[in-house]
Amino acid sequence: MALIRHPKDFWAGVFFIAVGTAAIVIALDYAMGTAGRMGPGYFPRWLGGIMVGIGALLVLRSFRLQADKIQFPTFRPLLIVLGSVFLFAVTVNWAGLVLSTILLVLASSVASHEYRWKESIVAAIALAVFVVLAFRWGLQLQLPTWPPALVG
Amino acid sequence: MDVFANLGLGLSVALTFQNVLYCFFGVLLGTLIGVLPGIGPVPTIAMLLPITYALPPVSALIMLAGIYYGAQYGGSTTAILVNLPGESSAVVTCIDGYQMARRGRAGKALAVAALGSFIAGTFATFVVAGFAPPLAEVALKFGPAEYFSLMILGLISAVVLASGSLLKAVGMIVLGLLLGIIGTDVNSGLQRYTFGVPELSDGIGFVVIAMGLFAFAEIIINLEHRGHREVFTDKVSGLLLTWKEFKEALPAILRGTGIGSVLGILPGGGALLSAFAAYTIEKKIAKDPSTFGKGNIRGVAAPESANNSGSQASFIPLLTLGIPPNAVMALMVGAMTIHSIQPGPQVMTSNPQLFWGLIASMWIGNVMLVVLNLPMIGIWVKLLQVPYRLLYPAILVFCCIGTYSLNNNVWDVLMTVVFGVIGWIFVKLECEPAPLLLGFILGPLMEENLRRALLLSRGDPTVFVTRPISATLLALALILLIIVALPMIRKKRQEAFQEEAA
Repeated sequence: MALIRHPKDFWAGVFFIAVGTAAIVIALDYAMGTAGRMGPGYFPRWLGGIMVGIGALLVLRSFRLQADKIQFPTFRPLLIVLGSVFLFAVTVNWAGLVLSTILLVLASSVASHEYRWKESIVAAIALAVFVVLAFRWGLQLQLPTWPPALVG
Repeated sequence: MDVFANLGLGLSVALTFQNVLYCFFGVLLGTLIGVLPGIGPVPTIAMLLPITYALPPVSALIMLAGIYYGAQYGGSTTAILVNLPGESSAVVTCIDGYQMARRGRAGKALAVAALGSFIAGTFATFVVAGFAPPLAEVALKFGPAEYFSLMILGLISAVVLASGSLLKAVGMIVLGLLLGIIGTDVNSGLQRYTFGVPELSDGIGFVVIAMGLFAFAEIIINLEHRGHREVFTDKVSGLLLTWKEFKEALPAILRGTGIGSVLGILPGGGALLSAFAAYTIEKKIAKDPSTFGKGNIRGVAAPESANNSGSQASFIPLLTLGIPPNAVMALMVGAMTIHSIQPGPQVMTSNPQLFWGLIASMWIGNVMLVVLNLPMIGIWVKLLQVPYRLLYPAILVFCCIGTYSLNNNVWDVLMTVVFGVIGWIFVKLECEPAPLLLGFILGPLMEENLRRALLLSRGDPTVFVTRPISATLLALALILLIIVALPMIRKKRQEAFQEEAA
């Protein structure tokens, strides 16, 4: 019988305590002021304190209540989905809207258990066309359509 | 009757060709994103904000408002046919709506959802028209202490009526308040929690947080579950309700409408909260509660009416107090400030055309929505047949480009990745992200009003209980907290925990 009987509450509590403590520690550099003349550190320090308190209650409660373990069936979708968004962000300025959109669609599609590569190529090209029509021309988005280095 | 004269003025504005067109575009887009799971009104409105520069302010607001309440209609379609909330406020509709569909009554469920939404939308239009002016009068008397107490009430009501653990919900609100502090302090000019990153000196955009916590996290979780969706698309027929069904649903529609109108006004309220409350109450007062969850028509009628009237009523605090009660309304603040309109009690007198035009457009939009959602239901059903494996990459593309277009900056897109991870962790820890967003929106306003209230009272905290309006608001908040702490309701919560453990 583990001590931590409600892991979700426990880790949520730990998370709140960590964030609250960090908030207070950083806010120590900001002037506290008084209630009548609040400095920039007043509100954050209070919030940090409340946050630590809530976190502590959650941790205490996790020893008493009972619940399931946290389920991590697979990390693939997390890594692939956010990884492809990251790819889009780092490439779009020099690769342009078309290539980055295609890259984003192709990369993120892999995360589905029903992945079909031919289908996702078609989807990527269709979306890239739509995006250029709607965002680049329709909404005048400030992004290069093609790699600026190639088009000049 | 003042209300009717004013609505007449509003109709004359809303019925111009251009505004009808923008209203139609708004509700059409709203229905579309409502039907599509994984993209809601927040990212959509955020994406469209930049182009509203070019529009006249009334048209811009009419269109954006249409997206919000239009999404409430569309969301129910997905909830009923696929058992997925197309829009978060349709979560409750899934319960009985999907069961109705499984029992071959999909058409009836769709009909009652649209009918309920229409009745609620019509009623809520009058509620906004009737309540906004007197409330704006009251709001003119509001000082910083009242604003602060009002926000406390809003945050507490959001916590109390949210699903899941109270303690975690409070924690999420405080976390949101802290995130809202990031950036340059308006009073001292000090950079708080920016870690020397210049992009953080303006704070984090809430669109960035919303995209990460809601859109991305939801996609990831959907993909983890590898679920197969059973879509009842062939069985949509019999859209007409019988007289008996209508009589059964009508009281629930009216109750839902009322609940939505009241809860929508509260800061922290809006569509989702109203739908939850309406469903709970409907189940409580039912003669046979066990029929709920098994396709009870009232289980669809009440929350669908409530989310629609709630979404419209949530314009009241925005238009009268200048407080955005939820994320969508915060974006509306953005839309108003683009056109240099300061939201607050003075909008009604300084911009009556805009104010009443927007309200009248809501009713026109509701008429359009009934047409869009009943006779044209087939189109939306087709849309639902697009498999998720094709849908989510498209949502990702729109989210990425939408986020980029906020400031024409990849920094914001990178931040959505960070919030995507955080959102995923929150799902794993069963921390509801909606209160966080509310805290984030209200954070800067709360700090500023707390500072001013205490400055005026020379640091005396009793100012919040000695001023009558402020005291009343705080008393209401306290009553809410006590109600939740009552042993009976506490026990209910614990039962839920045990079910979870089983």
